[in-house]
Amino acid sequence: MRDASRSAISIENVQHSYVLRGGKEIIALQNISLDIQAEEFHALLGPSGCGKSTLLYLIGGFIPLQEGSIRTRSGEVTGPGLERGIVFQNFALFPWMTVKQNILYGLRKANFPRKEAEDRAREFIQLVHLTGFEDAFPSQLSGGMQQRAAIARTLAVDPEILLMDEPFGALDAQTRRIMQEELRAIQQRTKKTVVFVTHDVQEAVLLADRITIMSPRPGRISHLIEVGLERQSVEDMLAQPEFTAKSEHIWRLVKDMAESAMRGPA
Amino acid sequence: MNTILRYSPLLLLLLAWEAITRFGLVSRQVLPDLATIGGAWLQLIAGGELAWHLAMSMARAFGGLALAILIGVPAGLIMAVSKPFRLALNPLVQMIYPIPKSALVPLMMIWLGLGSSSKVVLIFIGCLLPVIVSAYNGAKSVNPFLLWSAASLGASRRESLVEVLLPAAMPSVLTGIRTALGFAFILMVTSEFVIAKDGIGYLIAFLGDGGVYPSMFAAIFTVAAIGFFVDRAYSMLSGRLLRWTVT
Repeated sequence: MRDASRSAISIENVQHSYVLRGGKEIIALQNISLDIQAEEFHALLGPSGCGKSTLLYLIGGFIPLQEGSIRTRSGEVTGPGLERGIVFQNFALFPWMTVKQNILYGLRKANFPRKEAEDRAREFIQLVHLTGFEDAFPSQLSGGMQQRAAIARTLAVDPEILLMDEPFGALDAQTRRIMQEELRAIQQRTKKTVVFVTHDVQEAVLLADRITIMSPRPGRISHLIEVGLERQSVEDMLAQPEFTAKSEHIWRLVKDMAESAMRGPA
Repeated sequence: MNTILRYSPLLLLLLAWEAITRFGLVSRQVLPDLATIGGAWLQLIAGGELAWHLAMSMARAFGGLALAILIGVPAGLIMAVSKPFRLALNPLVQMIYPIPKSALVPLMMIWLGLGSSSKVVLIFIGCLLPVIVSAYNGAKSVNPFLLWSAASLGASRRESLVEVLLPAAMPSVLTGIRTALGFAFILMVTSEFVIAKDGIGYLIAFLGDGGVYPSMFAAIFTVAAIGFFVDRAYSMLSGRLLRWTVT
């Protein structure tokens, strides 16, 4: 069905476990295999404890892979790489740098000449509507603005893949809606491959082309769902009966898992 | 208004001092009045002695402190990121920590002589611990996502130590240095008390032994005032460096 050469990230048989302080082993991820296509917006959805963030950090190369393999078009993932940019829930901007300095940080590392780096920083500040706040420190900005700055910092170095770890989870409902809309616009313009971790069903259906639903304890892939809804403005999508039906369907799958997880292992 | 409030206890203290000496509650021999102390102070200044002794003392205090910062900050940061380094240094830190550093004064004299080096080393040891511990704690409490962000933007481990860990630990480091600054002054005066041929501590001890109390008080006030102003200047500098923490 899908063309294998279009695969941007291929995850094969990944297992991951933690050892707790008492020596008890917790299996965080079991038998994960997943192909994420180039230019795809892919959501990892599941209740807390399903290992979705762990999987994202493994793709990012931030925690060492224990078993299995993860490949991107740049090769085997063995650590963080420039082709994989990340945006965290709590923004992770460098608080001692202004918005502009934050964005310039990656550009300097990528050896952009000074003038070009400045121009590019300005361009991305504009992209995320932060013009006028270049010299503000993160602590002086609202959560939504901080997350825009973090997105700009990541996009400015032009990664092929954008990893997002519940990026709008810390924002209020209105800001989240605006950010979702903007992220979709940015993704359609820049054609990035996006891996988006969330526990919000509506958010996943709204944004993603495909959704991987994960179940907890041990973290496993339980469903892989093709969203297949027509891309429209967020309001129009929300008004679609198909959107509501899809969300309802996925919500039931997630709810069953969350409930059985709460009851504990059988 | 706030300035007046802030300095009012100091003013009250000076008024009380003056009252006590005026009404002869304490012998003027032991507690000279402020005017006499002022006169003695002017004489010390005019003779050039005060400036000379102060310069010696400051060089020792700031020399020892600077060494402690140069070595302690990197050591604390590396301890936070490298387990072998931490395991190797921890026993040393824990051993030196509880020793009252002034207890080392005689030892330093025996090992390093009566000159400046024994004092500088003592101040260095005293300042080192608060600096290491604050750098370590500051680096330990850094949000790991900051380090991950830097790594994904292309920073090497060494680069992120200087570019991320150090600035992120800065609030804690600056607090540690302030503590160390206080230690530096205390150890400077203490070590000069014991044996020295110059320095403000030596001058205070010398004047005290000779019973020249007005001059002795003048020297004490001078070192207290310098300590106060250095601390204020340091606070202002910290505030500037940590501009980003204020909302």
